[in-house]
Amino acid sequence: MNLIGSRFRGSWTLFKKEILRFWRVVFQTVAAPVMTALLYLLIFSQVLGSRVQVHGVDYTAFLIPGLIMMSMLQNAFANTSSSLIQSKVMGNIIFVLLTPLSYLELFLAFLAASIIRGLVVGIGIYLVAIIFIDLPMVHPWIILAFAVLGCALLGAFGIVAGIWAEKFDQMSAFQNFVIMPLSFLSGVFYSIHSLPPFWQAVSHFNPFFYMIDGFRYGFFGVGDISPFVSLAVVGGSFFGLSLLTLSMLKSGYRLRG
Amino acid sequence: MIPAIKIDQVHKYFGALHALKGVDMSIEQGEFFALLGPNGAGKSTLINLLGGLLRPTSGKLAVMGFDVLGQYRQARHALGVVPQELVFDPFFNVREMLRFQAGYFGRGPENDAWVDEIIECLGLTDKAHTNMRKLSGGMKRRALIAQALAHKPPVLVLDEPTAGVDVELRQTMWEFIKRLNREGHTIILTTHYLEEAETLCSRVAMMKQGEIIALDSTKNLLDRFPGKNLRLKLGGLALPQSLHAMLRGQENGEYMLALNEVTQVEFVLAELRKANIAVEDMQLIEADLEDVFVDLVGRA
Repeated sequence: MNLIGSRFRGSWTLFKKEILRFWRVVFQTVAAPVMTALLYLLIFSQVLGSRVQVHGVDYTAFLIPGLIMMSMLQNAFANTSSSLIQSKVMGNIIFVLLTPLSYLELFLAFLAASIIRGLVVGIGIYLVAIIFIDLPMVHPWIILAFAVLGCALLGAFGIVAGIWAEKFDQMSAFQNFVIMPLSFLSGVFYSIHSLPPFWQAVSHFNPFFYMIDGFRYGFFGVGDISPFVSLAVVGGSFFGLSLLTLSMLKSGYRLRG
Repeated sequence: MIPAIKIDQVHKYFGALHALKGVDMSIEQGEFFALLGPNGAGKSTLINLLGGLLRPTSGKLAVMGFDVLGQYRQARHALGVVPQELVFDPFFNVREMLRFQAGYFGRGPENDAWVDEIIECLGLTDKAHTNMRKLSGGMKRRALIAQALAHKPPVLVLDEPTAGVDVELRQTMWEFIKRLNREGHTIILTTHYLEEAETLCSRVAMMKQGEIIALDSTKNLLDRFPGKNLRLKLGGLALPQSLHAMLRGQENGEYMLALNEVTQVEFVLAELRKANIAVEDMQLIEADLEDVFVDLVGRA
């Protein structure tokens, strides 16, 4: 901590608090998503595992990176969005708003904590999955790049949702009608090449597809599209969403009247 | 000396509602200052503007000389706000919350001694490791005061700090706040308990419908109101009609009459004699801040 000057201590403190916030309820925030992913894996691998291959990979192995990425994205989103909506509804958001933290510092602290939560969930699923299934790691740096960038994108999305929503009901609508369909229809459970042409084209408008396909490429060295195209799409989406998030925080939209 | 708070022609609109109508005010360093007014007068809006929770439609606000918008970092370092609502973070205990709050302001382990001190002075030692959720209302209020003080701000704003707080806690709390004021902290208080403002504050601003209707020392405000109150016990008999214009209140068979000057006592007694009413008990009472407040708010 001595290495971090008092200038950065503010955002560092908020980051630490956000980490501790989800760690206090680790069964709900980490163990539960790991369990859910493993149940998906168990069911789909029992039903299809021995009969189906995708890109020359056993279906069970094919499924794991998609499940890991989907869980990381959902949890990165949940971390920022739930923290903000809870603080807004309970009123304790003022403890952060009364501080000298700039909009950029708020953004970075919330975002970094959401990336950590996403990665912790992802590592948890990976560690349990490799007990049962042999999973290669062809391009570890690509895996890491998509994991961090994907969590960052959804963390930023969570900040937008947390600022915009004023009730738990609105947040739940965001989660169930935006995040869930986008993640389930992104190729977690299938390759988009198995879809009819129309739905293949539609899939290309879903940013979750690029995150999952790029992440999976890191494990197997094969994917539906080039990982560099995916990286550019995910990076561009993150940049655009970050600008939107920063402008919301800077203007005080729904935070400072 | 730079004023602790400087408010210059501040207007605030919420849609069509003109919540603050050109408020001008200056509070000197080291003052114990009261901001009074009925609900909806604009007190909380003004406090939220100082803390950066709201932005003014026009005008300027400064804390210790720092503009709350242009120099928000310095301004917020100088200010501690105790909110009116009992808000808390349900994930953490008292000590954790105080450390986090100090940390947001760039204060690290070197601040722990101060955190320990405020925990002790506010009677929170036994509850330091208790989750905020499990604290009683009074304890939550103390924790909120501690949170506002965690970064050692020179200016402390207390928005209705004693609402719903028992007498014993109120006294402990005021002793600590008075000590802070003696040590040089500027204290700004909004309260519905006018006797608290009268006892503690050297200067008072009264607000109504977004405007300051009086701003003076407590003594001057009391002197400005020459009237006195006359309490009468008439053994259950009705007050003569001729005295009804002076009636301020009636409780438990006692009448409270407002007098513009002491000589009116003679008139009251004459009217009672005329009506054949014997006085059972009588007391002449000095006007207090509540009388001034009721008078000014009623007139404005």
